Amino acid sequence: MALLEVENLQTHFRTPDGGVNRAVDGLSFSVEAGETVAIVGESGCGKSVTSMSILRLIPEPPGKLAGSIRFEGRDLLKLSEREMRAIRGNEISMIFQEPMTSLNPVLTIGQQIGEALRLHQGLSKSQAEAKAVEMLTLVGIPAPAKRVKEYPHQLSGGMRQRVMIAIALACNPKLLIADEPTTALDVTIQAQILDLMRDLKRTVGAAIVLITHDLGVVAEVAERVIVMYAGRKVEEARVEDLFRTPKHPYTQGLLGAVPKLGSSLDGTTERLAEIPGLVPSLKQKIQGCVFASRCPYATDLCREVAPALEEKAPRHVAACHYAVKEAVAA
Amino acid sequence: MSMTMGTHPAHANAHPAAQANAHRGARPLLEVNDLKKHFPIKGGFFGGTTGQVYAVDGVTFHIDKGETLSLVGESGCGKSTVGKALLRLFPPTAGQVVLDGQRIDDLSAGKLRPLRRRIGVVFQDPFSSLNPRMRVKDLLAEPIRNFGLAKNSADLDERVAKLMDTVRLPRDAVNRWPHEFSGGQRQRICIARALAGEPDLIVCDEAVSALDVSVKAQIVNLLQDLQKELGLAMLFISHDLAIVEHMTHRVAVMYLGKIVEIAPRRELFGAPKHPYTEALLSAVPVPEPGAARERIVLTGDVPSPINPPTGCRFHTRCPYAFDRCRSDEPKLQQTTPGQWAACHLHDLPAEKNPLARGVSATLA
Amino acid sequence: MSTTILPPGAVSRRDVAAAAPTPDVMQPKQPRKGFLGYLMRHPTIAFGGALLLLMIGVAVFAPFLWTKDPTALAPVMRTRDPSAAHWFGTDMLGRDVYSRVLYGTRVSLIVGFGVAFFASVIGLFIGLVSGFVRWADSIIMRVMDGLMSIPSILLAIALMALTRGSVGNVILAITVAEIPRVSRLVRGVVLSLREQPYVDAAVACGTRTPVIIWRHILPNTLAPMTVQATYICASAMITEAILSFIGAGTPPIIPSWGNIMAEGRALWQVKPYIVFFPAIFLSITVLAVNLLGDGLRDSLDPRAAKRV
Repeated sequence: MALLEVENLQTHFRTPDGGVNRAVDGLSFSVEAGETVAIVGESGCGKSVTSMSILRLIPEPPGKLAGSIRFEGRDLLKLSEREMRAIRGNEISMIFQEPMTSLNPVLTIGQQIGEALRLHQGLSKSQAEAKAVEMLTLVGIPAPAKRVKEYPHQLSGGMRQRVMIAIALACNPKLLIADEPTTALDVTIQAQILDLMRDLKRTVGAAIVLITHDLGVVAEVAERVIVMYAGRKVEEARVEDLFRTPKHPYTQGLLGAVPKLGSSLDGTTERLAEIPGLVPSLKQKIQGCVFASRCPYATDLCREVAPALEEKAPRHVAACHYAVKEAVAA
Repeated sequence: MSMTMGTHPAHANAHPAAQANAHRGARPLLEVNDLKKHFPIKGGFFGGTTGQVYAVDGVTFHIDKGETLSLVGESGCGKSTVGKALLRLFPPTAGQVVLDGQRIDDLSAGKLRPLRRRIGVVFQDPFSSLNPRMRVKDLLAEPIRNFGLAKNSADLDERVAKLMDTVRLPRDAVNRWPHEFSGGQRQRICIARALAGEPDLIVCDEAVSALDVSVKAQIVNLLQDLQKELGLAMLFISHDLAIVEHMTHRVAVMYLGKIVEIAPRRELFGAPKHPYTEALLSAVPVPEPGAARERIVLTGDVPSPINPPTGCRFHTRCPYAFDRCRSDEPKLQQTTPGQWAACHLHDLPAEKNPLARGVSATLA
Repeated sequence: MSTTILPPGAVSRRDVAAAAPTPDVMQPKQPRKGFLGYLMRHPTIAFGGALLLLMIGVAVFAPFLWTKDPTALAPVMRTRDPSAAHWFGTDMLGRDVYSRVLYGTRVSLIVGFGVAFFASVIGLFIGLVSGFVRWADSIIMRVMDGLMSIPSILLAIALMALTRGSVGNVILAITVAEIPRVSRLVRGVVLSLREQPYVDAAVACGTRTPVIIWRHILPNTLAPMTVQATYICASAMITEAILSFIGAGTPPIIPSWGNIMAEGRALWQVKPYIVFFPAIFLSITVLAVNLLGDGLRDSLDPRAAKRV
């Protein structure tokens, strides 16, 4: 049994004009203990909604969830709000994109790290503070004993994101959801945080679901990648396989659209591959393949029949009628 | 003009950075000399000035006709302030901005207005760059009317329609409102507006940073096509080094309000001559799993531009810093032809200089 | 990158696996289009607007709503309880309270709308100047600070004390007291709009400052202004009632809700309905205007449009 098993997750929203936005529509994936899985896609593909759905942070209404999200065998969608609170920040925790607004400006760093510890693990005030210092040391904040008494505005953006990670890891979660953890940071600070995440992966051993649009970050941190498009999973593979032999035309387009550093040196500065057109509206039910409207290979078949996810190579699935199927060991 | 290419001692003190502008023969389209922009910090009961933010503190560069110069650096380095100061969205504190031989930094608003036609601008956020209460037609007609480019209303309509063609949008979309378009389409409208005055230079202030990967590629390709078709010069302000490398001819790297290195693309990406450039390049995540790279992870954060460090501004984070860096501010000096870096390492003998290698050495 | 896509036609319908269809989690509702649909999506606007329309109807058609002359004295009929002849009873001079309350709607609405209009227009002008002319800003804002340091009701009383009591002067006095709030709001909106990239873009493409104000700033201040105007309208109606109640407002011969309540005050313990009916009307009208304002705020707020 995997640590997290998401099956046929549907997260739909009622739009103000009465329509339905199918933000996530039939998503299945699993995460093993200690594994790092990245979910990539462009804005509006449903990757962030997926992460919010796992923690049941989607307000209902206007949202509505269907399918199942099994965490250690328990279906999170069937738990009461009380049981869910015992899981959030304890067994599953989350790092958000914006370190500025995710911290409470009127509480000290120590209080914010200690909050979860006192709530979930029943630590005393002094025990919680001692643990907070320990957590700050773990995430590489210098002078942690001094920093625990400081307020968020006294820290820089990079330091705040470290604090967010410390808060998320305080209760030794089994699963960490990182929603665009480095997007708001500068390149050199991003490098620091990515280094930290790689180190922590070894020392802490929590499984990580990394939500990002940055293929560079995916390549550096993830072991397995799920590519989402218009609320569906279109491809999933080990990170090396996905970058070397992408099977789905969307993934191919995405990889071709990103310029690579060093392109001017080996003379490969050529025109970027474009994916023409726009993401389809999620307010209409999509017939056939979700990518058909922008796919260079699309035929009538694609526009009529939605392709199922098929194993195209060992541990490499894609939802495309035309992607070549290699011999898959039975 | 008989100025030599190297760091002649006689010039090293006078206008160190200005040498980068002075050594060429042909007149560049745009020259920026020792540009400064300091923002006063208001505080206290009487609203007095309690300090200065040294956002841009002596920046010198030039852009030739049809050339792309990129301004890169992290947030707060002053790259966007440079763009806004040369567009005169606020007056610069000091320095000169020379457009085609004419100084524009000290012109009155009225004298400047007709010259604004020659510089277009595209901002980062395609959602707040277009007035939500104006139709596309009116958005594009605004600069054409301001500069009196259209002979009559039929000519105006024709020009607007041509602009839509130029940015590959359907002509009949001119009657729609901005909110009816996606982010990428809005950015095309912004580009069309920037082109409406038939400019020689376009300032792209993080123009593709807010866009999704696939849309970003469309806009990057469009900008490159337009540059070729119209012979535009471009000031491409960005923090995304991979895009910059893809687009640019030359690059200027900024750190805390100063240019620390300015060089042609190949030299800068192949053999950076400033430790900050080196660290910046090594920090970019590359979409290649398992790519074996030596990463220089800078410690600490960017210091505050209110109280920048003495000596070299980068010395607090520089892995190679030595005593001189803490007291003595390095000036831009030419290391290889066309490549200028502000770093004391280049005064050391080559065997002691970790940045002495050339582009060919990197490739080998 | 290796392309691993089969040529078209290499795959036929027989050998593809179709994805399982995803059932609907919720049924889409067919949204109603047009004005009626808008009202259905914004029930506060519908309710507040309807109530306000009703009040306007009452004010306009007061003579036709079975009223008597609101100023006709009938000493014999003093302080009668509500009855078929006098629905809301009569006051201490024998005047019909029902007629007086209905005619009083006119005063309240005129003052409310008048103040909302004049305070908005003047406040908009002051706010625009202050948001665009740096040197004028510090002077204007200090004057506004000074005005705001006086409670607006006291300011209005003081102004009324200087002039003759009339509906026009009441509007003037309350307007002066409300202007600082509007100009501060407009100034704040103008300052934030000036930071918008589209304003920078307009400057960069050679647009003159007056045109920028007219085309780019003004239209975008109208939404918050409209909302603010409804709150001013409500507050002005209350202030008018207070002024009349303490005898510093509308002249006693004109029936306004404040006047009716002032006259009924002495009899409050024995004949509470004289105060009660105008108070109810005032509350309902203020509620209607405030509901309309809240609804407009929700409907005009750009953040609301971003909701999924």
